Amino acid sequence: MLKRLSLIAAVASVFALGACGSSPADSGAARASAAPATSASAPAESELTVFAAASLTGTFTELGKQFEAAHPGSKVTFNFGSSATLAQQITQGAPADVFAAASPATMKTVADAGLAGAQTVFVRNKLEIAVPPDNPGKVENLKDLTDPKVKVALCAEQVPCGAAAIKALDAAGLKVTPVTLEQDVKATLTKVQLGEVDAALVYQTDVIASAGKVTGIPFPEADRAINDYPIAPLAKAPSPALAQQFVELVLSQQGRDVLTKAGFEAP
Amino acid sequence: MAFLVLPLAGLLIRAPWSTLPQRLAEPQVIEALRLSLVTASVATVVCLVLGVPLAWLLARTDFPGRRLLRALVTVPLVLPPVVGGVALLLVFGRRGLVGQWLESAFGFSLPFTTAGVVVAEAFVAMPFLVIAVEGALRAADPRYEEAAATLGASRFTVFRRVTLPLVAPGVLAGAVLCWARALGEFGATITFAGNFPGRTQTMPLAVYLALETEPEAAIVLSLVLLAVSVVILAGLRDRWVGAAA
Repeated sequence: MLKRLSLIAAVASVFALGACGSSPADSGAARASAAPATSASAPAESELTVFAAASLTGTFTELGKQFEAAHPGSKVTFNFGSSATLAQQITQGAPADVFAAASPATMKTVADAGLAGAQTVFVRNKLEIAVPPDNPGKVENLKDLTDPKVKVALCAEQVPCGAAAIKALDAAGLKVTPVTLEQDVKATLTKVQLGEVDAALVYQTDVIASAGKVTGIPFPEADRAINDYPIAPLAKAPSPALAQQFVELVLSQQGRDVLTKAGFEAP
Repeated sequence: MAFLVLPLAGLLIRAPWSTLPQRLAEPQVIEALRLSLVTASVATVVCLVLGVPLAWLLARTDFPGRRLLRALVTVPLVLPPVVGGVALLLVFGRRGLVGQWLESAFGFSLPFTTAGVVVAEAFVAMPFLVIAVEGALRAADPRYEEAAATLGASRFTVFRRVTLPLVAPGVLAGAVLCWARALGEFGATITFAGNFPGRTQTMPLAVYLALETEPEAAIVLSLVLLAVSVVILAGLRDRWVGAAA
């Protein structure tokens, strides 16, 4: 029994190692063949899987509906989450067609693995201070967050909103001790909505999306920590033609209108 | 068996063995490990204190609503842990039913504290203990207790001198399960207690965040958690559960 088990383990490990060893070559081949395959396989494609940053939840859901309306028979499925998590899932072989990231760094993870097609920055996003509507911590500017009596939630530095928060605080020369470092921007915002913290640094788009439940306070240092959002069709996309068309929709005037209405800035 | 063991083999195969020692020495790893062990152990004690009497009520007494109570005890088992965390926030949060009162009376609030981690872990892990202890109580012969009672022992003495020793293996098995579940707790903890190194960042949370940028660090952390829990569980089994059974 034990012998057989170790044999299975050994075989499995050979497979695993073989798979990682060959992946860069594979992705190169897939990228090269992506263009001709586009026209040939177009009629068979109906499902599009888009991996997008958590901060794009509202806008991309709307764009997905518009896309389905414009392409009868197509079905768009989204996986929203922290860009860093999504990047890891893509490099581990998740079957995605398009990746829209909240930072160039997370897109780079995918590009370094040879899995990203042509990248375009499609929007930019700025941080704002979010406070509960009654503002229990009496927060008015970034400096108020350094008060130890004010409970602050930030994103963890591993995810784009956290990296931007650190950049903005550094630019202002301030040191904030948060009570929690959340795993993505929506989780950070939730802590404000529930009134568990007095303030958080989130994107201005998140403040607009949760209209009424939190109040946004813009601050000048945010200009020094602007996040670029890149989008790219993926080299191993199961539906490369739809992926290309979805990227085109996001970059079109129609797409830009949806995004700017939600508070994103044009690049 | 292979299904259970292969993921483990995967971790071992992909582990960055060459950089392992220096990664292990990082203060963040030690801090998270210490916090995990402390909170899981305290949560187990809390579960024992609250759970054993509850199991006794469920197994030895009959009152209206007992079936409903037993069903309610298992709720945390079926509840997704993140939902459990949200529920805890709604009760013990700053604006929650109980939390509001705690804050105004004592100026004390549970979320984002180490005590909050213990509460989240105990909430999720307690059913394991209660179910194990209740099962042991049902299997134990009540005639021993009756005999002790006829000899003049008070109810508490019977419980302490007869019932507890009878069900000790069950209590221990339940406590071990409860501890293991608390050690691996993620969803309720990150939702209710947040994530801050040294205060609420337990090993599972550290693994999750390490995975965002450094999968290798995540593998190391997972191995550490795995090794520590296997060593402790194996040690306990041989010393107590094995001896008692």
